Amino acid sequence: MTIAVQLRDLRKVYDGPPPVTALDGVSLDVPAGMIYGILGPNGAGKTTAIGICTTKVRATGGSASVAGLDVAQHPVGVRRHIGIASQAITLDRSCSVGDNLYYHCRYFALPLAECRRRTEELLQRFGIADRRDSMPAQLSGGLAQRVQLARAIAHRPTVLFLDEPTAGLDPQTRLALWELVDTLRNEGLTVVLTTHYMEEADRLCDRVAVVDHGRVLAEGTPAELKRDNGGTVVINAAFAGDRQAARAALEGLPGVTEVVETERGLRVLVSLDGGAVPRVVSRIAEHHLTDLTVAEPSLETVFIRLTGRDLRG
Amino acid sequence: MADRNSVLASVLGLWARDFRVLRRDWLPFTLRTVMNPVLTVFVFTYVLPRTGQHLPVAAGASSLATVLVPGLVAVAMVFTSIAAVALPLSIELGATREIEDRVLAPIPLATVPLAKVAFGAFQGALAGAVIFPIITALPATAVHIRVASWPMLALMLVLASWTAASLGLFLGTVVRPQHIGLMFAVILTPIMFLGCVYYPWASLSSIRWLQVFVLVNPLVYMSEGLRIALTPDVPHMGPVMVIGMLGLLATLLTTAAVRAFAKRVVV
Repeated sequence: MTIAVQLRDLRKVYDGPPPVTALDGVSLDVPAGMIYGILGPNGAGKTTAIGICTTKVRATGGSASVAGLDVAQHPVGVRRHIGIASQAITLDRSCSVGDNLYYHCRYFALPLAECRRRTEELLQRFGIADRRDSMPAQLSGGLAQRVQLARAIAHRPTVLFLDEPTAGLDPQTRLALWELVDTLRNEGLTVVLTTHYMEEADRLCDRVAVVDHGRVLAEGTPAELKRDNGGTVVINAAFAGDRQAARAALEGLPGVTEVVETERGLRVLVSLDGGAVPRVVSRIAEHHLTDLTVAEPSLETVFIRLTGRDLRG
Repeated sequence: MADRNSVLASVLGLWARDFRVLRRDWLPFTLRTVMNPVLTVFVFTYVLPRTGQHLPVAAGASSLATVLVPGLVAVAMVFTSIAAVALPLSIELGATREIEDRVLAPIPLATVPLAKVAFGAFQGALAGAVIFPIITALPATAVHIRVASWPMLALMLVLASWTAASLGLFLGTVVRPQHIGLMFAVILTPIMFLGCVYYPWASLSSIRWLQVFVLVNPLVYMSEGLRIALTPDVPHMGPVMVIGMLGLLATLLTTAAVRAFAKRVVV
């Protein structure tokens, strides 16, 4: 198995005041030809990790290599191998959609005829041929992201980095982008994407690293992560009664692995097997229950189990 | 390391993009270049003489128009070069991060800012060439211009526009977009009024502290250098001083600006 991206004890501290530790010893191996997700809340260090891999951020310690090249020693060689699309639209506002693609090819020193041919091919393939003369400011968020994706792969990189590519897009546009990314992977491209949407990581990614506070908490396929983290069901209960009493009643019930107090009630982590869920629900019901949600095992419950917080928290 | 041919091809790509934007924005470019020198010449050498208000002229100069021509060519070059680099760069490095696609091209990091300086200098030289015939034809009084030294003229076009473009790179890198207006007031206005545009440097000998103080101003050497090349009869600095100081300022500004640029784009 070829490793496309390798991080070893990667550290980054941004100068203060106060100094901020964004990465606190991250080690990862991204196998070639996969969609690899880095899942974590805002501020977890995802963007910094991508920044180091794409030569935009200098690491404070550790090492990173992309396509076998050390990013600190061979930034120019690394840039030849990578494509980037980020949540922020960085299209050249002074150039049309077509020119954005064409000049990108020129910056990568493709022959002139190839630049024209490639631009045309990408405009057709990404369904943006009718917008070739539009300026980036005239595009919707989804369309602009589409152009960015076309631009990112224009020079035929081997590793594509997507930093929160679907943040702020509507569900339909998000689905369309997932499809595009999936196709690119099927063509042999390695894709590294950061996200705080657990559904995105679950459905799109072959492997996922869960990160928080600059550390990797767990790593594996989505199925492995869910299995290894106990097949946990998360029950969020809000109630008017005595929290302490409810907690005492729940702790020690068979199948209950953890009880955490929340703002409005309790969060109960319950193992999937053995009928524990109905037991817990009926026990809480005695404490003036006002609201109850049950979350099936998902990367979200994995994340809650690993960090004690939910992704949006 | 990137091989030389592919770096050259990338640089040609960067210039092709800038040239495309310039071609589309030719009208703002022309207005920016022409406005200041044409109005200066119009007021000082047409309106004032016609209304009987003659400004005193430096010793050795045949007319104020003759003094003004080299200075105003320098002004056009400086303003165009600085604006051509600083204004777009400040935006591209700002919130939109538009520069990112170019910074992530497979070329050494310094290539992008150096290509910007080269293209800004080209625009500066172009501005000098555009303004020269206009301001020699416009004045009501006689203008005595002759190219005393073609090599000096060519060297001045290169050195002056390079210095100004590197100053533009520095300002565009360190000045935030919201402070661009302030930059014009605090930096460019003094450069222009204290740049020996309206008077030769030698005439400042009666205000000694000012004569020494203005030596930090690159426009002084540009105006004086163009006087050497175009109006040798007007008192001017020696060529060694002019070439040496412009070369030094251009090198220092370019080095500082490329460093500041690298700091902005790689954190």
